[in-house]
Amino acid sequence: MPMVEVAGKSFEVDEEGYLTNLADWTREIGEYLAKDEKVELTDSHWEVINFLREYYEEYQIAPAVRVLTKAVAKKLGPDKGNNKYLYELFPYGPAKQACKIAGLPKPTGCI
Amino acid sequence: MLHIVNKSATERNSLESCLRMATKGSAVLLIEDAVYAATQGSEAAAKIQSAMADLQIYALGPDMEARGMAGRVLDGVKLVDYGGFVDLVTEHSTCQSWL
Amino acid sequence: MSDMMDDMEGGEGVVKKFMFVNRKAPHGTVYALEGLEVVLISAAFDQDVSMVFTDDGVYELIKGMNTKGIEVKDFSKTYRALEGYDIEKLYVEKASMDARGLSEDDLIVDVTVLDSAEMASLMAEQDVVISF
Repeated sequence: MPMVEVAGKSFEVDEEGYLTNLADWTREIGEYLAKDEKVELTDSHWEVINFLREYYEEYQIAPAVRVLTKAVAKKLGPDKGNNKYLYELFPYGPAKQACKIAGLPKPTGCI
Repeated sequence: MLHIVNKSATERNSLESCLRMATKGSAVLLIEDAVYAATQGSEAAAKIQSAMADLQIYALGPDMEARGMAGRVLDGVKLVDYGGFVDLVTEHSTCQSWL
Repeated sequence: MSDMMDDMEGGEGVVKKFMFVNRKAPHGTVYALEGLEVVLISAAFDQDVSMVFTDDGVYELIKGMNTKGIEVKDFSKTYRALEGYDIEKLYVEKASMDARGLSEDDLIVDVTVLDSAEMASLMAEQDVVISF
């Protein structure tokens, strides 16, 4: 398994760059993974990332993008829970890219 | 003899065969899906209860907890952790796994 | 694997009645978890999905699991995510619960409890039945 090094410690990722152990995740690792994805993290990004981590904690899965959008709309309002807003933050797919930065596995139900 | 059963009694007949063959004074350890048999209201509960006259029945605690059944364990069934599992194996000269 | 398929909501195509039948206890074998993942994936295709829990499958829905001791994922929490995936038809057979000393209050999600005859006719009206 490939490893990444952040702040002097190394962490295991899978062949697509997703963190292997959810518990390893720190904000610094999030920042490292974002840089790798060429995403510059703003408070709006963190809001979605934190939302995803809470979703995972509650349901033990990373949501499919359709489900994520709906859940974000419910929690943060319809101005954020829509494809346009989320794709602007995470151009390569809010579920896949944001999940990766949040240290979650690849979304379930994402074909 | 220590008998170890890991299959659900409502799916396979491993527990039934085990209880038929286990001789007086033997120990039976239920692990994995077999732990459901030692819970209140299960179909196998009566078999476990009558077997307790001749046999010592144990169940693996972490498997009970993982299945949300820790609060329903039958009276007289002793819960053991992984250390207790190892102790049972070393206390008995022979082990039989009913796969 | 792209997010694209997820966006194909409201697309053309025939909606079939799919039933996923769960008959195995969780953790002891991988069937329960695999079955759940298949259901979550099937949600992307906007079909008419029902999930059925009979026999040891009712154990999948027990409240209060703590899997730390056996070091596996507690996927019982994931059944609560099904609603967000628009999978809301969950059925449990009463006889299977009775045989295990369980009642509706012991379950982690809201379900419809059916007697065996009702379950049988529900199964009979499906287009596709997939069993785990």
